[in-house]
Amino acid sequence: MLRFVVRRLLLLVPILLGLSLLLFFWVRALPGGPAEALLGERATPELVAQYNERYGLNEPVYKQYFKYLGVTARDRDLGVSAASHRKVSTEIRERFPATVELAFMAMLFAVVVGIPLGFFAAKRYGGLFDQMSLFLSLIGISVPIFVLAIILKYVFAVRLGWLPSVGRIDLLIFDAKHPTNFYVLDAIITREWSTLWDVIKHLILPAIALGSIPLAIVARITRAAVLDVQNEDYVRTARAKGLPPTVVDGRHVLRNALLPVTTVIGLQTGLLLSGAILTETVFAYPGVGSWLRDAIFNRDYPVLQGGILFLAVIFVLVNLVVDVGYALINPRIRYS
Amino acid sequence: MMSVAELEAAQIQLEQPTGGLWHEAWYRLTHNVGAIIGGVLVALFVVAALGAQWIAPAHPSNETFLIGGILKPEPPSLDHLLGLDIQGRDVFSRIVYGARYSLLIGVVSVSIGLSIGVLLGSIAGFVGGYIDALVMRLMDIMLAVPGLLFAIAIVAMLGAGLWQVMVAVGVVNIPIFARLLRGSVLAQRDNDYVLAARAVGVPRRRILFSHILPNAMSPVIVQGTLAMATAIIDVAGLGFLGLGPQDPSTPEWGTMLTDVNEYLAAAPYLAIIPGLAIVISVLGFNLIGDGLREALDPKLRGRA
Repeated sequence: MLRFVVRRLLLLVPILLGLSLLLFFWVRALPGGPAEALLGERATPELVAQYNERYGLNEPVYKQYFKYLGVTARDRDLGVSAASHRKVSTEIRERFPATVELAFMAMLFAVVVGIPLGFFAAKRYGGLFDQMSLFLSLIGISVPIFVLAIILKYVFAVRLGWLPSVGRIDLLIFDAKHPTNFYVLDAIITREWSTLWDVIKHLILPAIALGSIPLAIVARITRAAVLDVQNEDYVRTARAKGLPPTVVDGRHVLRNALLPVTTVIGLQTGLLLSGAILTETVFAYPGVGSWLRDAIFNRDYPVLQGGILFLAVIFVLVNLVVDVGYALINPRIRYS
Repeated sequence: MMSVAELEAAQIQLEQPTGGLWHEAWYRLTHNVGAIIGGVLVALFVVAALGAQWIAPAHPSNETFLIGGILKPEPPSLDHLLGLDIQGRDVFSRIVYGARYSLLIGVVSVSIGLSIGVLLGSIAGFVGGYIDALVMRLMDIMLAVPGLLFAIAIVAMLGAGLWQVMVAVGVVNIPIFARLLRGSVLAQRDNDYVLAARAVGVPRRRILFSHILPNAMSPVIVQGTLAMATAIIDVAGLGFLGLGPQDPSTPEWGTMLTDVNEYLAAAPYLAIIPGLAIVISVLGFNLIGDGLREALDPKLRGRA
């Protein structure tokens, strides 16, 4: 087990090095040279000279790369946004919690709806409910997130007016304190219950839109896993010894069927990060997704370079945690 | 009541399609309701794309001047089946011409991903050793970045535009095909027929291209169909983000949704119609892909 974790961690090294190399050459391929590209409109000759000094841009390319690695890894310095003139790391600290909150709610929605859906579909295998759930999950993976987001926004925000259509919190709540930048958590800590309700209302539509694809996949996998497990000998034994059906389903079927589901949940969590770009754009939600989107339009290369590196690292780490977690909960797999 | 002879005839009918893998796969595909629906949807899409100039009643960038010379959106009516957009252009014509873009982008980007991915994957699987390790680690790095984010990074580098989007979505597909083909080639490499070919002195390149690859292709065909679906979604997503064709009069479906937020209350059909067009074409490819997967699955062979 320990060897598996160590090997998996070692595999991170080439992946992260490769990524940094890609991003490094990416910025160097931009028009006008890296200093001008990264400084944007602020590129005065003095600033360019200063920048060239800091990143060693007058030195040979391989030295530049090591300098870039050093500045990024040691100082955790991702540069300064060309558009807002603020540190990229500061902006990530503000915006990443928003995306995490959104992704968490989306996953919660997918799991809470998807697992029962898949379970009951398998129980009524071949029946009407099963057919409907299969159809729904097919629709789920065929509707692009942003199309669903626009439709949800139109129906529930514009037409019915039940839920807010943009943002993360009502603009009138300007005195709310944000010690952690996780607004749900902040509202609970500060015991601002009306703020909490407002924040949750802002999360519902984006979370449903973002959660639609994981929902479809979780439902499919749960269905397949329950169908697999249902005919196992131990389930038949449990039934034969007269356990009530609910106990058999809960303790024997579902618990074993959920193993593959957990992996899928983990893998999908990583993918939510890229889906967030579209969802956040539709709902003007101030997370990392809409931030990157704006960065593309402003040609804000420090934000793009730093933001993409950050998200990729998070994605890789999530996958690592999923793999290790899977090994921990599944006694049959010991990754030797 | 059926006579014994009729029953036997029915029996024979069932057993008939055993003329090899492809014959059987075709039989199963054409007897799969989902795949047939998918085929109809995709056919609609392809017909719209190829025959746009005959089907569409107007040119996609023709503006219909209304009374008083004001351009404004108009809900669907008999004159304009799907209404007029914000510039007074016929939405139905734009959707029909838009199919052309989606088909072109889908085919080109999947071809890029498929050809490079298949080449890399089959070389890695067939040659093995350090070349295999090198290629596959590179693929791991590419897979380490979520697909859409990766595509955005590429577009940010190349600049926004139609061909840039095709390249970006194609590159994102490379590692998926490479992995798939490597696994498939590895599974075929030690088969007896490869050993036989080797024993009679067939050159390595010919073993790979005329013996192993044809046998390793069926998962690639399935993945290729499903990749068309994802490519259409990704390209529409990039178009929606404003990274697609830069001329806003281009009737690309995702691009048509870019500014839709601003007039969602006044003209919701402008959001729903291009959205539906995307969903229908994606659904079609997904259904065919699922059908192909079942039809080509060797575990299901013989169960027509």
